[in-house]
Parts: sequence; structure tokens; C-alpha cells
Amino acid sequence: MNGLNKMKWSNLAMAPKFGILRIAYELLVNDRAKFVALLVGITFAVFLMVEMTSMFSGIMSRASATIINIGARVWVMDPSVQTVANTIPLPDYTLDEVRSIPGVKYAVPLYSGGALLKLHSGDYQAVNIVGLDDTSLVGRPQLVSGNIQEIFAENAFIAVEDSEFRKLENPKIGTDFELNDHRGVIVGIAHVASSGLFGVPTLYTTYNRALQYIPNTRFTISYLLVEPKSPQDVPNIKKQVAAAGYLALTQEDFMQKITKFYMYQTGMGTNMLLMTAISFIVGLSISGQTFYTFILENLEKFGALKAIGAKSHELVMMILFQATFVSIIGYGLGVGLCALSIWLAKIHLPDYAAIIIYRNLWIALGMVVIIAGISSYAGVRKVLKVEPFDIFRS
Amino acid sequence: MPTTAIEASGLTKWFGADEIKTYAVRDFSFEADFGEMLFVVGPSGSGKTTLLSMISGILRPNSGTVKVENVEIWSLSTNEIADFRLRKIGFVFQDYPLFPRLTTVENVAIPLILQGRSWHDALDEGLKNLETVGLKDRADLPPVKLSGGEQQRVAIARAIVSRPDILILDEPTASLDGDTGRNIVAFVRNNILNEKRCIIIVTHDDRIFCFADRILRMADGRITSIEQAKAHEK
Repeated sequence: MNGLNKMKWSNLAMAPKFGILRIAYELLVNDRAKFVALLVGITFAVFLMVEMTSMFSGIMSRASATIINIGARVWVMDPSVQTVANTIPLPDYTLDEVRSIPGVKYAVPLYSGGALLKLHSGDYQAVNIVGLDDTSLVGRPQLVSGNIQEIFAENAFIAVEDSEFRKLENPKIGTDFELNDHRGVIVGIAHVASSGLFGVPTLYTTYNRALQYIPNTRFTISYLLVEPKSPQDVPNIKKQVAAAGYLALTQEDFMQKITKFYMYQTGMGTNMLLMTAISFIVGLSISGQTFYTFILENLEKFGALKAIGAKSHELVMMILFQATFVSIIGYGLGVGLCALSIWLAKIHLPDYAAIIIYRNLWIALGMVVIIAGISSYAGVRKVLKVEPFDIFRS
Repeated sequence: MPTTAIEASGLTKWFGADEIKTYAVRDFSFEADFGEMLFVVGPSGSGKTTLLSMISGILRPNSGTVKVENVEIWSLSTNEIADFRLRKIGFVFQDYPLFPRLTTVENVAIPLILQGRSWHDALDEGLKNLETVGLKDRADLPPVKLSGGEQQRVAIARAIVSRPDILILDEPTASLDGDTGRNIVAFVRNNILNEKRCIIIVTHDDRIFCFADRILRMADGRITSIEQAKAHEK
């Protein structure tokens, strides 16, 4: 063939054609009804998916509140412990045993348990009591009022100012209460990173006072908090603790264990999975059907474009661009709507447990990509099949 | 530039196989020159559309060759044929398929956009071509707001916007009333045809035969006659 012509035509094939994306954009957004239907479908699906996974994350975060707030690197516990609230007391000698493991910088006991307070008004209120090691106060919360030294004073407790604080009748320093016929006094108000899951307020005191005020079983240590000399010592500590018949978990391991418990042994994971799947199917149904109809309505025009000289990959690019564009907008709207609804919910319901974390956003994005992929797949197939010859026969 | 725009030789196309094998075009040869308006006419099912598709690089023949400006188009790759259509051929389809969600000028600019021209350049050029067909004031309207004749003229503007050497019109009067149809073809004859362009019109509307230089009559996939027409005499 004529070399010059061939070169011209080849160069034409290589030329960047951003204009066709503009055509795709105009075709999409100018069809208002379908564009809105596509956006609603994807936004709704993303909203539900992010909402569900955020609720789960929020619940998991609260279920691990004690671990997050105490902040110890390694936790030693009975192997049967499933959640941080479900403590199985350890014998006192395990403290010395763990302290003697090479690589342990220090190890201290922690008390964690429930109790019933009689408030100043005479009402009763269930609370979670955290007893910190008397000598080191490892895991102490950040005080917003009061002095940490006051925790050693007689009957001293520190109240956590979180969403449950009001259940203690908004105590101030000096507010007293009764705990198993013992007088307790609030000596400090603290903030913590995460509120608990079960809707009860938290009080901090010393380990020995916790044992003194709350009736206990033969063994009293809820957990041992271990600080390794270096991160490399953690595997050996885990191994030695396991050899002694107990379980040592890093903070992350412990949180993951709790998450697995709620996910696989409470039905919560199944429910979340179901809701996420339903959101996905709803989104896919609305978006897929609308997008397919959109392609079908423009099929003759796509055929004309092919006849004029558009290549198949350019038409595929147009469809993928449309699917990507509507997905990104829908995704943004869905996430925004979810963030707004969580914000509004937290204003009215301080206990509302939902947090949007990056993992949830990635999961929703992955789902949206699949929805967009499936929706455009049918359209792409249809467009690839249309023959320019058909346009003459129409 | 060669004087012969299209040279088709021994074109044959059949559909189906064995007992249901049907010949649409049989051993068809013809030439079309630049500066010429050639009408391909014949009854329904005579093979006009199939012929048109083969000479424009849309439908591959079972045998035979099509040379456009001395280039054998069916020896090109699929992408090269698409680029050939984009650069060398302008199409005016029977139902004009214009995008209803694009403005008139955007519809006209499509071939230039497919060629890689920038959006604004393409629209500027599209506007000039709309002016050529007398629809500049309709540039920002969607095609659905235009009459059938106006839509046909938009389709013509789209077909000529990339300055193609060959213009192919498929039944350009089929969806129009008699006067509008005649006016459209007269417009094409007087304003679009020039010595560097070859125009092929497929039609069975004998009211517009007077605009042809030559009339190529078809029946059962074969040429039955080639006539010099009145326009040629002018």
C-alpha cells in the first residue's frame, strides 16, 4: 500500500483522543434521568455498605476499648479468654513467672471487672472497674482534672468522661458513692481513646483497692501487662508464656481475637455480611440495569461511531469512563452521606457506635469497582458485538 | 490526486452457507471518479447496501478488491480500515443516527474528535460546517429539536467535517417529504460536490435521479446498467 497513507493512518490511531471521553461524559450527564438513577443506585449501595461496616468497626473498637485505653504492648491471659470483658483470673504466681522470662522489661497486674455503685442520689449504676498496678499505675488514663497522685488517697477513684459519664450523674471531684458498702470518692476526671461497648461507665482505681472493694475469687489478676525489652523479644515471651499454660498476645493480636469472636461466634459477622451483600445486590441491580438500558438506547449511535471510524477499544474506553465516572461520584456521595448520618447520629446518641475507617472505605470502593465492572461488562459486550454494517441495515 | 476515487473489481459477497447461502453481490466491478455524483439504484434486496458497505471498508467481501486512491483497503488491518473510514469517507446514514444528548454542533464535531482534535478545535470546525449547511443558529440545540430536513443537513455537516474525499449517502430522502428530499440532494450537488470529492448515493427515489452524473442500476447483486444521467450533461 501507499507508505505515506499508511503512516498517516497509523499516526491517527496513536493520537491521544481525550475528546471521546468528553463525548462519553456529555452522553452520560445529559441523560439526566438515567444519570440520577445510576447515582442513586451506587450512592445507596455505598451508603449501606459503609454504614454497616462502620457500625461493625465501631462496635469492635468499643469491644476493645480497655485494650486501646490501657495501651500495654503484650497482654497475658488465660487461653480461654474470648473478649476483654470475659476475664478468667490468673494465679498470683504467674506474675513472678512472667517477670522471670528473658526479654520482659516489666510485668504488672491489671484488675478489670464489673461492680454496682450506689450513686449520691441513691440510684444504682453498673460500672466497669479498672484496677491499675499500685506501684507503676501502668495504663493510667489522661486526666483532664485532678492529680494522678490522688489515686493513692483513701477511697479514691477516677471517673472517665465519655459517653457514659452522665450515667454517674455527671460527677465532679469530691463526688462520693457507695461500692459494696465502701465509700468511694471521685478524685479525678479522665479522658480515654475509646468508650466501652456495653454502655456502662468506667472507673479507675488501684489494683489493691479494686480487690479490697470488690468480692473476688481465689485468683485475682485479670491480665498481666507486659512490656518487652524490644519487639524482637515478643515471640520468645509468647512462647514461654504458652509453655506455662497461658496466652500472651500483642495489643493487635488481642483486638483481632475479639473481632474474630464477635464476627464468627455471635452472628454479628453473618448479619453484617448479609447486609453488605444485600447492599451490593441492590446497588448492582439498580446501576447495572440502568447502565445496560443506557447502552442499549445508544447502541445504534455506537454503531454509527464504529462506521465513522471509532475503534472498538475507544468505545470500550467510553463505556468504562462512564462507569468509572458515575461510580466515583456515587462513591463520594455515598461516603459523604454515611459520614453525615453518623455525625448526626452521634450528636443525638452519644453511645452510637460507628466509625469510618480506611478499611471500610476500601471495601466499599472494591464493591463499587465490582458493580461498575459488572454493569459495564454487559454494555461493552453489546457494543463490541454491534457491527457497523447493521447501521446501514437499520 | 488520481482521477479515479474508487475502483472495485470482482466484488462478491454472500451470507449463510450450504443450502442457505445467499449471494448479495456477485462479481461486481465499477469505478467512481472524483468530481462525480454516482447513484446506485435498485429495488430492495438488490445488494445496494452490501455494495456500499464493501466499498466503504465496513463489510469485508468474500472475494474481489476495492481500491480507494489506489490503496487496496481490504489489505489493511482492522484499525487501519477504521482510520481509513475516519479520514477518507464521510457517511450520511439513512436515519442520520445523531446523539440526542449532544448538541447539534457536538454531533457534527464527532469525526474530528475521533481523529484526536481537541474539543474546542473540533467544535469550532463543526460550527463552520453547520454554517455551510445553513444551520449555524441551531448549533446549541439538541438534534431532536430540529426538523427531519434539518437533521439530515446536520448529518451531512458531520459527514463532511473531516474533509473526506468520498461521501456516501444511504437513502438520503427516505425519511423526508418529496420537496425536502430534493432540496437536500440539490444542496449536496451544488455545495458539497467538487472536483476533489466523489459522492455515492444509494437510493430508490427516482425523483432525485436528475441530480446524478451516472446511475448504476442493480438487481440480484449484479449491475444491470450504467447510465449517464442528466446532471452529467449539464
